[in-house]
Amino acid sequence: MTTIDQSILTWILLVPLAGALLVALAPDRGKLSNWIALLTTLATLGLTLHLPAHFVLGQSGFQFEINRIWIDNPAIAYHVGVDGLSLWLVVLVGLLAPVGVVASWNAIQSRRKIFFALFLVQQTAMLGVFLSLDLMVYYGFWELSLVPMAILIAMYGRKDGPKAALKFFLFTFIPSAPLLVAILWLYAQTHTFDFTTLQIYITHGLIPAAPLCWVALAFLFAFAVKVPVFPLHGWVADTYSEAPVALAMVVAGKLGLYSMLRFHIGLFPEQARAVAPYLVALAVIGILYGACLALVQRDFWRLAAFAALSHLSLITLGIYGLTFTGWDGAVYQILNHGVVDGALFLLLGALYDRYATSQINSYGGLAVKLPRTATVFVITSLAIIGLPMLNGFVGEFLILSSTFTGVSRGWAIAATLGVILGAAYMLWLVQRLFYGPESELALSRPPEDLHLGQLAVVWPLAVLMLVMGLAPSLWLPSIEKGIHPPKPKSADAALPYIATQTALPISSPVEGQR
Amino acid sequence: MNPVPDIFRILPEVILTLTGVAVMLTDATLPPAWPRRSLGWVAALGTTVALWASLWQLSLPTGAGYFGPYGTVETSPFTVFFHVLICGIVLVSLLLSLDTLPEDSHHQGEYYALIVFGAVGMCLLTGAVELLVVFVALEISSIATYVLAGYRKQTGRGPEAAIKYFLLGSFATGFLLYGVALIFGATGTTQIYQIAHLLPGAQNQSFVLAGLGLMLVGILFKVSAAPFHVWTPDVYEGAPSPVVALMSTAPKAAAFALLLRVVYEMFPTFRSVWSPLLWAIAVLSMTVGNLVALRQQNVKRMLAYSSIAHAGYLLAAFAGLGSSGIAAAAFYTAAYAAMNVGIFAVVTLVAGYDEKLPLIEDFRGLIYRSPLLGGLLIFFLVSLVGIPFTGGFFGKFYSFSAAVGGGAIWLAIIGLLNSGLAAAYYLRLALAVANRPLEQKPAAPAPQVGVAVGAALLLAVAATLVLGIVPGDVLRAAQAAGHTLQAPPAPSAAPGAALMDPHQLP
Repeated sequence: MTTIDQSILTWILLVPLAGALLVALAPDRGKLSNWIALLTTLATLGLTLHLPAHFVLGQSGFQFEINRIWIDNPAIAYHVGVDGLSLWLVVLVGLLAPVGVVASWNAIQSRRKIFFALFLVQQTAMLGVFLSLDLMVYYGFWELSLVPMAILIAMYGRKDGPKAALKFFLFTFIPSAPLLVAILWLYAQTHTFDFTTLQIYITHGLIPAAPLCWVALAFLFAFAVKVPVFPLHGWVADTYSEAPVALAMVVAGKLGLYSMLRFHIGLFPEQARAVAPYLVALAVIGILYGACLALVQRDFWRLAAFAALSHLSLITLGIYGLTFTGWDGAVYQILNHGVVDGALFLLLGALYDRYATSQINSYGGLAVKLPRTATVFVITSLAIIGLPMLNGFVGEFLILSSTFTGVSRGWAIAATLGVILGAAYMLWLVQRLFYGPESELALSRPPEDLHLGQLAVVWPLAVLMLVMGLAPSLWLPSIEKGIHPPKPKSADAALPYIATQTALPISSPVEGQR
Repeated sequence: MNPVPDIFRILPEVILTLTGVAVMLTDATLPPAWPRRSLGWVAALGTTVALWASLWQLSLPTGAGYFGPYGTVETSPFTVFFHVLICGIVLVSLLLSLDTLPEDSHHQGEYYALIVFGAVGMCLLTGAVELLVVFVALEISSIATYVLAGYRKQTGRGPEAAIKYFLLGSFATGFLLYGVALIFGATGTTQIYQIAHLLPGAQNQSFVLAGLGLMLVGILFKVSAAPFHVWTPDVYEGAPSPVVALMSTAPKAAAFALLLRVVYEMFPTFRSVWSPLLWAIAVLSMTVGNLVALRQQNVKRMLAYSSIAHAGYLLAAFAGLGSSGIAAAAFYTAAYAAMNVGIFAVVTLVAGYDEKLPLIEDFRGLIYRSPLLGGLLIFFLVSLVGIPFTGGFFGKFYSFSAAVGGGAIWLAIIGLLNSGLAAAYYLRLALAVANRPLEQKPAAPAPQVGVAVGAALLLAVAATLVLGIVPGDVLRAAQAAGHTLQAPPAPSAAPGAALMDPHQLP
């Protein structure tokens, strides 16, 4: 291990934070804040790319690990590390940050300093969630991610920002109360917040099982709101229609889904198995419900919100099908969703900036005026639909096929129906925005297609969609490495991946308690 | 037996008293036309020296047989922790007053002197191990705050606040004194360690229980826990904001120190009695405080109810066992003080000394008028919500962690759900600050931040951040405080009032 490998994760966390500080200290003049933010996010992306480049595929457990004591009593450690599960998610966050900066380049006209400083803090918080292996530090970043988000929605909301911000904050803050109590209870039982240690305690049944089921439920509840899982999606539509584009890209999905895999299924496999059938049912309902609502939306932000609900529910289905294939598909689909949603929001944001409306009816016939936008939009839509050779197909196929063979044919068929509906609303959206007779709106403004900066971001994303569709083998082996246990006991019924590094400590976990 | 002179045991109190007397005498001898502002600097200097003196007291030997004058005051990590905290709060409040009191306000010298005298009482309260000294200390601190609450005589609300606070506060101290009397009747002594030793064997247990109950009522009034909280919003609204910054934190810190001493040191064997009682009061305080705060339009009233809720979170720590509960409560007191003093400092600057802009709506667009104050206000609100990497988070974390460790899981759940509820009104203010200003309203001028206020804000921000990011040292101090309180010295070794056998009383 070289020195850089031992400190790379700290750098990844510190660079956006330093950037935020720099933006805050630099004068608010012209586009200075934009440039600082862009350079910071590009630097962070470069640092995150170091991880897959030096990731050792054959090695189990966490890599690039740092474990230092932060506070000795209660024992909170700065413990960070990546495995196959979080590796690409970290890169995804790194990738989407410059996209977000470019999407905000012209959209944010006033108070650029506050916007970009908070955007970079948000970036740190998200990276922290994916990297932390100490439950307290994890919880810290999890909560921290709410604040910049809420403030930015309030300040830059399109119509009623403060209301949407309050809704978002309460929806995501209140469920984290039971989460914190659950974490504290685990600490009271074991005197550790460390993920791997807790995993050992729990898999060896050293914690009483009856309360553990409530603890697992508290974890699940917090994550399910964040994803969101039907029927906890109340905040999504308002947040998507009010949030600045750069934040809408990052708000939903990743954090909650990752946490489900790592901290719900990873820590409480037995309890997760017990609730999995219900979550499968809720996920399928979410797929269909989101798709149906997306079909009837007149506002494209709300359409995107319900489309996201539908897609994220599909990933939830893959996770709680509890099959290895489903997990592979789910993680891969989280990446896909990040990439395509990044592109989709950038394009919708560009349209909104130019025409100042999100009413789909007002648009029409833009393809002639804005050929570049139309081309990329169509590619993105096809990727969302799951056309073979584009990335959406791989993830959806893995999830649906694993559900079909491993869970239940009925649910798989219902979920597939939702995917078909997804094709309907996306293609209909493309038709209404870009084709048909030229609308008054399209004629009213001079045609200004995507500018160079946007193209420089959106084409790589489109290429990435194609590459991820054609060569999933570049990603899947490392993802599998993170998810599969070293020796699977049976191929289909997935058992939890068990930490292997350390032997069971001899002392009893309840020792030292009064 | 006692290697250090007794006076060193009360050195910070002595320094503060001398400072107060000096300020008051100078005020009386200066020609009436001369500005009194420099007296504030003298008071601030004296408080700083007292703070260092408290830290120095750590080097004194502690434990049995080392009690101060006549065996009435002890110095230990516990007392030093609270001394430093109280002196810090007083210092920040003085700095805040220096820049915000109008130049022409009357009795400025007395104002500064009263703050310092109040600090004497609070410091003495945390160190006293003799119930009569406790009572005297409580009165010193209370009388100073009664007067300060009514400092803005011209508004009408000021005297109202002072009278309300005085009447209700006198009742509360009356309760406390009655409790002390009953306990003296049951045990024949007012020395806390001896009481703890004698209580289990006391013949008339109903006396003891009544005494405990009455003392709790008196102390819980001072910390404004529900249902003894009704005075809080009116007094906070009427008192000048710099005084509220002080009285919402420092006397509470002192009263919590007393509560810790009473329940953990004096009545440890009565845990089954006071523990459910404090459980219920914690739940009641946070729920009532938060629910009522949701409906407030006036920022100071909202913060008053929020302080009631925070008293509830703090009382949750009392469900913790032994030293972990004490450490959590001590830490929470510090975290709460840092962020609350900070937010009142910002509110003072924005609303103005005369409070022409007291409503949440008046704070709208503050971040556009003054990015610094707007940002600071949001920062302190974020800390009050309990977002990680701020003092408020670790305060709540330790408090509820102690509760969970003591088996009170429901208390922790109710508390954390309450903090979700609280987020709603804190955010309402934060969102108003971040919102675009209304076009039709003429923008109020951006408040100026002077040197003294700047220093006060800097101290508050630094404390909030230190407690949120590197709480290790403060936590160790709190744990040391917890241990000293947990291990009472053997009563036979304690000097002081000769042990009286209650059965031999006539």
